[in-house]
Amino acid sequence: MNGMSRIVKTVSRWVAPFIIAFGIYIALTGHLTPGGGFPGGVIIAGCFILLTLAYGKDRVKKIIGVGSAEIVDSLASLSFLCMGLLGYVFGGSFLSNFIQAGFPGNPFGLLSGGNMPIINLAIGFKVGGSLFVVFAFLALFRAIEED
Amino acid sequence: MVLIQVFLVFTIIAALIAVEAPSTLSSIISLGAVGFGLSIAFLWLGAPDIAITQVVVEIITLVILIRATIGKGVTDIKGNESKPMLIGSLILFGLGSAFFANYLGAFPEFGKTAMDTFSEPASQFYLKFGLDKAGGANIVNDILLDFRAYDTLGEATVLFAAILGAITLLQKKVFFEGKGE
Repeated sequence: MNGMSRIVKTVSRWVAPFIIAFGIYIALTGHLTPGGGFPGGVIIAGCFILLTLAYGKDRVKKIIGVGSAEIVDSLASLSFLCMGLLGYVFGGSFLSNFIQAGFPGNPFGLLSGGNMPIINLAIGFKVGGSLFVVFAFLALFRAIEED
Repeated sequence: MVLIQVFLVFTIIAALIAVEAPSTLSSIISLGAVGFGLSIAFLWLGAPDIAITQVVVEIITLVILIRATIGKGVTDIKGNESKPMLIGSLILFGLGSAFFANYLGAFPEFGKTAMDTFSEPASQFYLKFGLDKAGGANIVNDILLDFRAYDTLGEATVLFAAILGAITLLQKKVFFEGKGE
């Protein structure tokens, strides 16, 4: 699996940063506009899947690595849990929105919603990392089966 | 409202084709048609968040399914249905349809929830206090990440566990075969 033609490689290389930026935007402004962590994360995973299909898995494995995607996945899950535990410490109950109770931002602003943007970003990276891991493992699995 | 029913019928037909299609590729593609029809239905009912998620997940699932299945040996299950089986399933299908038609009138109109028939529906609480208590302008995310954040945490846990299992199963095979190279 050595990747596709030069046209596909060039186009996907130019488009990839914009896709990642769009995914992060969807995840970050989930509390203001339609969207949220899950669709943002799937868009981020789609960018890496596009790169894998265009360049072949060996090159992507060298640059990104499946291990780092696993680490991102686990760290994002842990940060979601930590936000819940911090809510227990500061707000009195698990996953309570303690930032909104303490420092309510102005509504419709980016810094509103308390810990919702943080949890949204965590879910975004979690979903993106885990979907890319699944794709990478299936691609690896099939490549070995073909040999 | 007629157009959305046309879309729903299209979705059901696509689902039937996905089950009955002879080749794997065509059933995967009609599965994609099911997903996109559903996302249009969500958009119509005023749920853009779910429509976005549906479209994006549908694209990724199509890529993963095609990458994972095409080229592998596909086993065909040849049916050898006997006549009593066919008659029995037809009778059961007729009975089910009769029961369904009997209770069809009790459903609320499509796009309206059963909660709307009450004078003080419980869902009004979120619309009234969502902006004050959670602080987000998008009511869907208010509910997902503030009022019902525990459910979202459970969802994330389920995804994490599923991926852990898949990695464990696939890694074993990959490592065993990889040693031979």
